[in-house]
Amino acid sequence: MIRLRGGSRSFQLGEQQVMGLDGLDLDIAAGDYMAVMGPSGSGKSTLLNILGLLDAPSAGEYWLQGEATATLSEARRAQLRSQLIGFVFQSYHLIARLTVLENIELPMVLAGIGAAQRHKRSSQLVARLGLGDRIAHRPAELSGGQRQRVAIARAMVMQPALLLADEPTGNLDSQAGAEVFSLLEELNGEGLTLIVVTHDASLGARAQRQLHMRDGRIHTAAPQRALT
Amino acid sequence: MRAADALGFWLGALRGHRSRSLMLLLAIAIGVVAVNLLTGLGAGARAFVLNEFSLLGRDILIVFPGRKETTGRLPPLTGLTPHELTLQDVQAITQLPGIRRVAPLQAGQMEVIVGNRNREVLTLGTTRDFFAIRQLTVVQGQPLPALDPEQAEAVCVIGGKLRRELFGARPALGEWLRAGDRRFRVVGILGERGESLGMDFAEMLIIPVASAQALFNREGLLRVFVEVRGPGFLDRSKRLILAALKERHEGKEDITLISQDSLLSAFDDILGVLTLAVAGIAAISLLVAGILIMNVTWIAVSQRSAEIGLLKAIGVTAAQLRLLFLGEAALLALTGALAGLLLAETLLWLGRLAFDLPLYAPWWARASAVLLALGTALLFAWLPAARASALEPVAALRPPGAH
Repeated sequence: MIRLRGGSRSFQLGEQQVMGLDGLDLDIAAGDYMAVMGPSGSGKSTLLNILGLLDAPSAGEYWLQGEATATLSEARRAQLRSQLIGFVFQSYHLIARLTVLENIELPMVLAGIGAAQRHKRSSQLVARLGLGDRIAHRPAELSGGQRQRVAIARAMVMQPALLLADEPTGNLDSQAGAEVFSLLEELNGEGLTLIVVTHDASLGARAQRQLHMRDGRIHTAAPQRALT
Repeated sequence: MRAADALGFWLGALRGHRSRSLMLLLAIAIGVVAVNLLTGLGAGARAFVLNEFSLLGRDILIVFPGRKETTGRLPPLTGLTPHELTLQDVQAITQLPGIRRVAPLQAGQMEVIVGNRNREVLTLGTTRDFFAIRQLTVVQGQPLPALDPEQAEAVCVIGGKLRRELFGARPALGEWLRAGDRRFRVVGILGERGESLGMDFAEMLIIPVASAQALFNREGLLRVFVEVRGPGFLDRSKRLILAALKERHEGKEDITLISQDSLLSAFDDILGVLTLAVAGIAAISLLVAGILIMNVTWIAVSQRSAEIGLLKAIGVTAAQLRLLFLGEAALLALTGALAGLLLAETLLWLGRLAFDLPLYAPWWARASAVLLALGTALLFAWLPAARASALEPVAALRPPGAH
């Protein structure tokens, strides 16, 4: 599903050239569950942004489902983000003025999906994530765990093949964090490719694969079975 | 994205930032109100003035003593002229071809006394033809009798208001009044026609011109009204009158001829420029509203950078994003402009009710105010919207302080 060869991303910081990502090779198969770990500034988020087509590598090549992404137009990249990729962020990024339901339906609204279809998909997700009694609330009225579940519902509503989660538990207590992880793993169990950036080693250890990063490079990427 | 959903998103964004939206709405509405109200007032004043002057009639020429090089401006009412206009001049003009009527005019302030009431009154000395030329209606009695212009007679016609003031409820027709050192019998009473060309006939006393010359002890006429046989005769008559009077005045061109058209075009030019200037000033307020929109949209882009990043992450293209921001601005501008238009029309309507003036904003002012509001809103929203769409989602989404 994902093939990255020599993926590099450099940033200009003042006069200094900083390598956010430095010649990374990575293969991820459909249905994989990978945790990306490492200290701050090690390039985790940069990797996630590139994999999610939010950013493009300054050198190297990236194939997403066999499609070379270097030459894609902005519109096509946006389309791939919309239909293939779901994002979950540390600070949820729910739109405060919209209700829970409107937040969940937003990707479908932007993709031009009709109201009937939207309702069908969102009501399924809402029921599944136990948000049924919260759909008319604003994000500010929800707990952190609930907000992240809304964000996951929003990420899943376009039925993506790949879910990218950037520190999804960073703002949550351990119980809510574990619940969010369980939810993500449940989705992974249904065939969703899941890539999670996390600081939390114990949560990271739950993934099939761990990618340890340092200075934009892979530190160790020992394939490892889940600890059960 | 579907149109209805886009509309919903814009409305949601505007409602979500209520105070900011209201402020912008107000700014745009005030700008549009200013443009429409001011041009409405200007156009109303113009129509009023033109209407006043058009009472003069299109086939009327006014002859003034004294030479003025520029046309369209009234010569001084008093002043030394080498030759005064005389009744003999009037006689000469009457005999020219293409002339229908000629009326001399002599005027002065005179104290008028009836019983124990007295009043300072503008007294006109003229002939019967003056009533036809100025379209004065006599509601009671007769106009001045048809006399030889040089024949004085002790009769007068008074304005309706003057009648009330001098005679009260008593009948005035056939009564005598004293003006200066002479007595006149009231033979006619004018309707309350009101002001025209700065003259309020309702307050005037009209007597035969020869009587007025004697009363004021002045030979020279203030002016002479000439009615030609039709608007087509105007230019030829002008030349004939000029030539005839030049001959009579020893070869000097010492009169000025004014027609309604020359007066009107001068006033029309002035008032047109004034209306435009006023509209321009008002348009500046719209521009200010536009700059306000830019500022606020700019702030919005900064405040909503996370939202912008998110929208990009969930698959919005740069073009769509621009559309979302521009649509928001356009919706706001349109709402504000329509509200302003409505308010301006209401105020103008109230003005029409209150002042009896033709206060209508011209169509071009309405259209251009709305278009200008929309244009400035879009223009000034474009820059921030372009910035929003260029924003890296990576940067936009990063939580503050995080690396």
